[in-house]
Amino acid sequence: MFNWIQNIADWFVYDVLNLEKEQHLVEALNFFIYDTVKILILLFVVIFFMGIVNSYFPIDKVKNYLSRNKLYGLEYLMASLFGVVTPFCSCSSVPLFIGFVRGGIPLGVTFAFLITSPLVNEVAIGLFVGLFGFKMTIIYVLSGILLGTISGVILQKLKLEPFLTPWVKEVLANAQREQDKFEAEQLSFSQRLPIIWAEVIKILKGIIPFVIIGIAIGGLMHGYIPEGFFEQYMAKDNLFAVPIATILAVPMYANASGILPVVQVLVAKGIPIGTAIAFMMGVVGLSLPEAMLLKKVMSLKLIAIFFGVVTLCIIISGYFFNLIL
Amino acid sequence: MSKIIKILGTGCLKCQTMTGVVKDVVSENNIDANIEKVEDIMEIMKYNVMSTPALVIDDVITIKGRIPSKTEVLELLK
Repeated sequence: MFNWIQNIADWFVYDVLNLEKEQHLVEALNFFIYDTVKILILLFVVIFFMGIVNSYFPIDKVKNYLSRNKLYGLEYLMASLFGVVTPFCSCSSVPLFIGFVRGGIPLGVTFAFLITSPLVNEVAIGLFVGLFGFKMTIIYVLSGILLGTISGVILQKLKLEPFLTPWVKEVLANAQREQDKFEAEQLSFSQRLPIIWAEVIKILKGIIPFVIIGIAIGGLMHGYIPEGFFEQYMAKDNLFAVPIATILAVPMYANASGILPVVQVLVAKGIPIGTAIAFMMGVVGLSLPEAMLLKKVMSLKLIAIFFGVVTLCIIISGYFFNLIL
Repeated sequence: MSKIIKILGTGCLKCQTMTGVVKDVVSENNIDANIEKVEDIMEIMKYNVMSTPALVIDDVITIKGRIPSKTEVLELLK
């Protein structure tokens, strides 16, 4: 499917630049061009598609849907699925949290949304297809959804309402399962298109530098680190590898765009895929800046419980993938 | 009459970009308007928005959760 891009890269490196085959640096350059072109195309397609979905599926509709319908336990899964299609800027976390609380949506369901949304996003999906292929992408998306759902159920069972900050408790007391009036933007598809287009360009512009740097680092590591280098430290049977990778990842704050090309090379050099996914989810899903923002609505204890449960779930899914793959 | 424009946002990059766009439109078109940046989360909550940045013109929420283009803002201010 991507052969034609390889042909372009070959043509450019060997014919236009007239470089010799089978030199480390030349091969790295070829890999770099191929990977960059392929990933940018995939990112464009996925971001554009998600932009269309999102334009018709804004966050207010999600909230109204969740507070209106009795779903008999499925609401965790629904919230998690909505988290995949709605983008989430961490500075929106507090308003969004309050909006959900006010709409009478249970805390656990809100958490399910908050966990999945940053974890599975359009950029990460585009990169995953480009770097690991479709099978891995499906596993990644499914595990993100399950992670959000399961963490949400656990957090709900813990009955955490007392750990909210006082003003949020007040909001909670006045919560009602009623619909806020929601004025949908009455736009035709042709009116939406320029808005979606502008958003796509904006996202791409924002992430391209990170993607290219990530691929460049990945390319160099690809050329110079021997196969199986990490196997001696992080082999599948090393029980501590997954928790260590996850815990190391949490304080690192990065988005998926820079970290994934590097992760790809780590996998190629012998890190088990489950460990790598756990590391990536730790980096993308849990971050200190987000914790700082959440302090406005949650006590430190609740933030700690929240992060703890999610970290635990990430570690478990890491083990799980190492086991089945 | 002078318009009251409020930009709701906790101070992230998107919110700053929106503020920039709105300020540009107002000064480029000599619009009589008061621009206010609302960063206090309690204030923001009063408007019942769930995604920031949000643009409020004369107490009406016009845009939320995305950065508008200059032409769009100009349309809204007319």
